Amino acid sequence: MRHLVSGWLVALALIGLCVPQAVAEYADVVLNRRAEKEGVRPVIFPHWFHRIRFRCKVCHAELGFKMRVGSNDFKMADIVEGRFCGACHNGDIAWAPDRCDLCHSGKRGLPTGIFGGHETGGPGRW
Amino acid sequence: MRVFIFPADSLRAAIAACLICLGSVTLAEDWTPLNKDGIHDPRSPAIKQLQEPAAALSKLIPDTAGNMVRWVQALEKGEINPRASIRPDTKIRVYDSDVLLNLKGGMPIVRFPHRQHTLWLDCVNCHDHLFKAETGATKFSMLKILEGEQCGVCHGAVSFPLTECFRCHSVARPGQAPKPSLPIAIPAGAVPPK
Repeated sequence: MRHLVSGWLVALALIGLCVPQAVAEYADVVLNRRAEKEGVRPVIFPHWFHRIRFRCKVCHAELGFKMRVGSNDFKMADIVEGRFCGACHNGDIAWAPDRCDLCHSGKRGLPTGIFGGHETGGPGRW
Repeated sequence: MRVFIFPADSLRAAIAACLICLGSVTLAEDWTPLNKDGIHDPRSPAIKQLQEPAAALSKLIPDTAGNMVRWVQALEKGEINPRASIRPDTKIRVYDSDVLLNLKGGMPIVRFPHRQHTLWLDCVNCHDHLFKAETGATKFSMLKILEGEQCGVCHGAVSFPLTECFRCHSVARPGQAPKPSLPIAIPAGAVPPK
C-alpha cells in the first residue's frame, strides 16, 4: 500500500514536469519581425485554419510564400496592395487588412517561429 | 542513517499512474483553446472572434499526432474542400506516381506517393531545389530531415511529424515483419550518413 502511495506521488511529480503548460496548435506560426517594433501585437498565422480552406500550393506556389518561417520579408503596404496575405485578405475572400486585431493577436515578446510541438530542428529553427 | 531505496513496486505503480494520467490529459487536450495556447494574447479582442481549433478539427478524421487530423484522408473523403488556386490562369497539377526510396537501408522501404503530395502542393514546391526530378539523383539523409531539410521542411513542422516513422517507411523488405517495432536503440559509435 505504501509503495502504491509513493508511486502515485512520484507519478504526480513526473506529470508536473512533463505536461506542457500551454500548447499552441501544431504548425501555428508567430510573425514578429516588425509588428512589436511598430506598436502592434505579433501576428499568429494558424496553418490548420487556412489548410481547411486552401491547399498549400495556393500560398506557397501562387503567392510566393517561401517555406522557411521568417524568410518572407513583406510589410503591411504589400498586403494592402494585394500581395502575400493581401491576395485573399482584401475584404472579398477574407477580412480586409483594416481588421488589425484579428491577425495581430499574439502575446508580446514572442519570437518569429513555428510553434505547436512535435517539430524537430525544423524550419522554425533556421 | 536511513537510506531510501526506490522499490520496484513503487516504480511500476508510478509508471502505470503516469501512463494513465498522461493518457487522460492527452485525450482531454487534443486542441488547446486559443486563450490558453501560450501564443495568443488572452486580452486580444480577436479571441472571441477567431475560430477555435477544436470547433473545426474535432469534426475531421482523427489522427494521433500533429493537428490530430488525417489531412489527406479528410481531403480525399471530401470532409474539407480547400481551393487549389485563386488565380484563373493557374494550372493545377496533380501527378500520380509512387517512388520507392531507401532501397538499401535497414528500415522498411519508403514509398513516396506523388499523388497525395500534389493534391496539396505544386511540383515547384519540391523540384528541383529540394529534390532533383530524376529518381535516385538525390541522396536522402534522416539526419538532414530531422534538421528540417528535405522532407523535414514540412514533416516535423506542418505535415505529420517525424515521430510517425512507418507512415513513410511503409513497405516491408522480404522477410521483414509488416510493422516492425520502433527502433529505440542506436548502436554505440553509429555514424550518421553524410
